[in-house]
Amino acid sequence: MDSILKIKNVNKNFGKISVLNDINIDIESGDFLVLVGPSGCGKSTLLNCIAGLEKINSGDVFIDNKNMSDVAPKDRDIAMVFQSYALYPTMTVEKNITFGMKVRGITEDVQKEKLKEVAKQLQIENLLKRKPGQLSGGQRQRVAMGRALVRNPKLFLFDEPLSNLDAKLRVEMRTEIKRLHYDLGASMVYVTHDQIEAMTLATKIVVMKDGFIQQIGTPAEIYNYPENIFVADFMGSPPMNLINATAIKEKNHYKINIKMEDGSIVSIKEKNKSKLPEDLLLGIRPENITETSLKNKQNCHMIRSKVDIIEPAGSDTFVVTKIGNTEVTARFNSETQVSIGSEIDFVVDLGKISYFDKLSGQRI
Amino acid sequence: MINNINNTNYTNLLLRFLLYFILIVFVLYYLLPLFVMITTSLKSLEEIRTGSLVSLPRNITFEAWGTAWSSACTGIQCEGLRPFFWNSIFIAIPAVFISTLIGALNGYVVAQWRFRGANIIFALMLFGCFIPFQVILLPMARILGLMDLAGSITGLIFVHVIYGIGFTTLFFRNYYVNIPNELVKAAKIDGATFLRIFWSIFLPLSLPIIVVTVIWQFTQIWNDFLFGVSFSQAGTQPITVALNNIVNSTTGVKEYNVDMAAAIIAAMPTLIVYVFAGKYFIRGLTAGSVKG
Repeated sequence: MDSILKIKNVNKNFGKISVLNDINIDIESGDFLVLVGPSGCGKSTLLNCIAGLEKINSGDVFIDNKNMSDVAPKDRDIAMVFQSYALYPTMTVEKNITFGMKVRGITEDVQKEKLKEVAKQLQIENLLKRKPGQLSGGQRQRVAMGRALVRNPKLFLFDEPLSNLDAKLRVEMRTEIKRLHYDLGASMVYVTHDQIEAMTLATKIVVMKDGFIQQIGTPAEIYNYPENIFVADFMGSPPMNLINATAIKEKNHYKINIKMEDGSIVSIKEKNKSKLPEDLLLGIRPENITETSLKNKQNCHMIRSKVDIIEPAGSDTFVVTKIGNTEVTARFNSETQVSIGSEIDFVVDLGKISYFDKLSGQRI
Repeated sequence: MINNINNTNYTNLLLRFLLYFILIVFVLYYLLPLFVMITTSLKSLEEIRTGSLVSLPRNITFEAWGTAWSSACTGIQCEGLRPFFWNSIFIAIPAVFISTLIGALNGYVVAQWRFRGANIIFALMLFGCFIPFQVILLPMARILGLMDLAGSITGLIFVHVIYGIGFTTLFFRNYYVNIPNELVKAAKIDGATFLRIFWSIFLPLSLPIIVVTVIWQFTQIWNDFLFGVSFSQAGTQPITVALNNIVNSTTGVKEYNVDMAAAIIAAMPTLIVYVFAGKYFIRGLTAGSVKG
């Protein structure tokens, strides 16, 4: 496949503050790349650098194999959708969508045709004569997407496009963007701080923190094999449980001990790892800690502990307990009969445990 | 309990009454001079001499207005305010237009195209608002001389434009700074140039602040006396200077009715501008929270 966007050794700083450090990303035509991370991690700056709205200090940005590092935004063959929609307030929807074409000197016949096509695609035909101020948030979002679509660019850029919408609409628009991506087969780069948006939309996720890339991978890779404890904690809701443990080398395996609050020790055998540091963090997703009655699988370990809190969430019920000295969330079936304060057996799926070095935070 | 409620009702009523009373007293206090000016301007000299200052005119006459407009003496010349009124118009309109346009461009650059040193440049412009008129009189006279504009209407326009830029920039900058910068980014990606973005996107958004700036600049320039008296000569004096001359250069009997009429004529344009555009003025001043 052809590379549609290649970011090579990109650095960016504002004065003395470095906001992007040695960024390398490569995506192929048709990919949906999501840049995700907490606020201030540099994801929006990176997007602006791709768009050419911010200058990079070193490195190169290639779009469709052309070096765009010094090319003006308008000549990069991109379209961008902004968080605040950035619709021109004094222009009608129609003018908003055709403004770019008008500026670029495209004939009026073509403008009309494209406008019609996009309006139909986004179902905004009845809004064309309105001003942005007369539209609801969702409608504005559609118009903003229409403005991007009408350009038919090589690369779509989205800067947190859904974060100003209410929860219900956000889910609807999310589906719509996904459908759009599927229908158009277009390449997209999408910035969000919402890890659920990242998981649902992406074909490739870049997790960022403090201007550094933490991990690049498919949603499944990121979710199941987080590279470090930051990614483990950031992706997934509720986040991955990180339990303090110590590893002791025995003949042909490791014995992993978790010291419970009452002083007792829970031991797990680990045969697959050849080298483990002494101080460990065990990363276990909530869905890999379940109730006894529902697990008949092998390679499981039972830990008896007290139920602290029960959080029904409709489809599941989250049960909070303490394993070692950390609070642990387990995902139970919604029909579970456990009650607060009772001692029950939690079943941990050993095959799904991630190990992290406690000192470096890196995956082992 | 019921007594209590009644009591608070009475207290409220009393306070409200007091409030209106005080407001009305102040309104009357402020309007009294205007009342005296208008009534006096409509009286004959005879009536002014014999009647009381605050009494209504017995016979309404517009003679004093006619004199003030076209035949009152401003020194040796006796053509009334008319030529000076037009001088002021010819000074104020171009000066307001040019300073507003420059202010809009400056504000747009400082607020939306943040470049290195933008804040310093803005701070210096702001500082320009606080430079006292007196300080620049001599240097400005010298510069106008060098530019061969001394004593001309063009020279006065130039002075007012320069002096107004600080304020107009401040107004537009504070208005534009509330407009999300993403608008500029979106337009850049759409391919619009610096001026295109200003013309097609920012200027159409600016009506409220344009009204504020125009009212402010017009009032300032129309009412200016110091620049007018310093940088003009016989034929180019603005109306404020002429008004002063009418009032001060009469010989013999003081024609109060003519003085009053002349003063009202001189004040009329600013009043008219405010009455017609006043509601936009208030709206513009509070328009900081406007969303697109």
